Amino acid sequence: MRAVAQGLIDGVLTGGVYALMAAGLTLIFGVLDVINVAQAILVVVGAYLSYTLSIHLGLDLFLGLLVTMPAMFLFGAVMEWGLIRRLRGLHQGDFVVMAILASYAVATITEGVLDLVYGPNYVELQAPYVNRSYVLWGMHFPEIYVFGFLMALVLLSAFYAVLYRTRFGKMLRASVQNRTAARLIGINVDRVAFIVFGIGISICAAGGMIFGATNAFNANSGADLVSRLLTIIVLGGLGSIGGSLIAAILMIALQNLVAVVWSPIWSSAVFSIVLISVMVIRPNGLFGRIGARAQ
Amino acid sequence: MTRRDETSPVGLPGERDPADPADPAVSDEEDPGARRRERVRKLTAAVLAVAVLVLVPVMLPNPTITSIGVFTLIFMTGATAWNGFNGYSGYVSLGHAAFYGTGAYAFAMLAKHVGLQPGYSLFALVPLAGLVAGVVAIPFGVVALRTRRHQFVIVTIAVFFVFQLLAYNLSWLGGSLGLFVSQPSWPGETFNDRYYYAALVVLVLTVALYVKMRNSRFGLQLCAIRDDEDRALSVGVHVGRVKLVAFVISAIPVGMVGAIYAYFVGQVLPQFAFDPLFDVAIAVMCFTGGMGTLTGPLIGALLLEPLQQYITLQFSASAIYLVVYGALFLLVILFLPRGLIPTTAQAWRARRSVTPEEPVELGAPPLAALRRRLVSGGGAR
Repeated sequence: MRAVAQGLIDGVLTGGVYALMAAGLTLIFGVLDVINVAQAILVVVGAYLSYTLSIHLGLDLFLGLLVTMPAMFLFGAVMEWGLIRRLRGLHQGDFVVMAILASYAVATITEGVLDLVYGPNYVELQAPYVNRSYVLWGMHFPEIYVFGFLMALVLLSAFYAVLYRTRFGKMLRASVQNRTAARLIGINVDRVAFIVFGIGISICAAGGMIFGATNAFNANSGADLVSRLLTIIVLGGLGSIGGSLIAAILMIALQNLVAVVWSPIWSSAVFSIVLISVMVIRPNGLFGRIGARAQ
Repeated sequence: MTRRDETSPVGLPGERDPADPADPAVSDEEDPGARRRERVRKLTAAVLAVAVLVLVPVMLPNPTITSIGVFTLIFMTGATAWNGFNGYSGYVSLGHAAFYGTGAYAFAMLAKHVGLQPGYSLFALVPLAGLVAGVVAIPFGVVALRTRRHQFVIVTIAVFFVFQLLAYNLSWLGGSLGLFVSQPSWPGETFNDRYYYAALVVLVLTVALYVKMRNSRFGLQLCAIRDDEDRALSVGVHVGRVKLVAFVISAIPVGMVGAIYAYFVGQVLPQFAFDPLFDVAIAVMCFTGGMGTLTGPLIGALLLEPLQQYITLQFSASAIYLVVYGALFLLVILFLPRGLIPTTAQAWRARRSVTPEEPVELGAPPLAALRRRLVSGGGAR
């Protein structure tokens, strides 16, 4: 019982970080119709960037985000401008599929480059707070999980504030609802897409830092992560940020539960099985918009 | 950037000028003599190509070359089968590696339990392994084909990961140590040749199957699904059944080459049998050559697989291979979205006659012709 409760606590805390990574993915899908399969490997890139900064410059992990997040923003923006935008000439249906393949190709290249640069050995981010925990009611709250959860909450709230309290957020939501109409009333949809892709990827830097501090990782780690992120955004409903938060917490808690009750080996199967079932039974997810975009 | 709205398909498929001399279907139907000459020419080309492939081990009796040859034939078959589903139905599966692995594992298990001596007789298990892959493809297809487009891609990736996970964790499949296949004691110089010819037989059969399918009612129905699934349904195509059958058929050759791979290498490891890169490689090959064409996947595999083997032999670092493949994939997606064969064919025709600019469309011109034949009657009923 105690192990189960501990598993649930860890699940909720890490779930917040996963929600953050998934929020980028789901936002990119909402605005651009692109399922960015490369999101997971870019999380690993974020982890490696933090690793490099902390090893070579001795920079604190959270301070390092001030460098890695803008760097990843640039990466994402260039990816949108140089790649995704070039595919817009295709029919809508072909575009969706080709964009998945294009991001798959980006993921493949990135994985190869990471492997060449950092080698195949697993590494882990180190900081004083990585191995400490708070103890409350006899339960352990690892500091890095707590910090990660708080950071995820802050960033997600900032996200929400931008979405619902600013002019840019209004433009963004208009682009999500109807690209053509948004363009007709004078919104520069391409610029919105550019920025959204940048933001969606820059979040990978934050998520990647926590991921790297809580898991040993190498260039290969993206493979497992991608099915988790996909499951979360599909379960939460593609394009819904709140949905992905709930789905992330649910899924990670469920995974931890399976690991405790049954075996850690099968806990990653939980994701694939939930993903397949949701896709087949409720393709719009639990909280998704009904149907695809109407155009 | 408003093009995507303008180019979305409106109206009946296949609206082209009937007097357009660059349209193969029109000239085919008006001149049966030209059509027969075309067939003879294609048949001669096919026979010549097979003859060249048969002669490779004889002319170049070098184990390194024949080993590259075996892998090239494996990927030519895999790409043809993948294209046989993906190129014609318009669905993109990134889970076919599951069938490759299933074939490999099925072969290793059968070889262990059937009790045949290692030798030629073990090749008899190859079709059986293909069949196992086909059977496995039925539930896979039933589940995955309930979704469309991007959802289908994601479901196939997810199902593939389930397969990989099972291979790693089921103890009767050897877990992460995999399975061994005892190999026969053939002489080293000609050892590879047996596998080469076995793979060649599978390749020829697969290509023949898809030549037949492409010209059949079934092939037309599949193309109709690619062009517009809802409309295909409304004209009476049994959409679900056609898709499932095509999916299962495309799994069988992939399973068979998986079996040949298992026999050739002598060991089945989960990370190599269920390799997500297999799908990327095959997709790159098909896109490079041209989706929905017969020669495209063959040419794509013929160009890319020796390159991959060369990189592996030369640098022995799979990371370089990842970078090269990913970069090639990106270049193809950006600059050759229709593939080498359709693009060059169109450029060739454009040299001979001026054709109006068409919107970029995946799939080959011959299929547009098939599509029109379907609409003008005689196809699905």
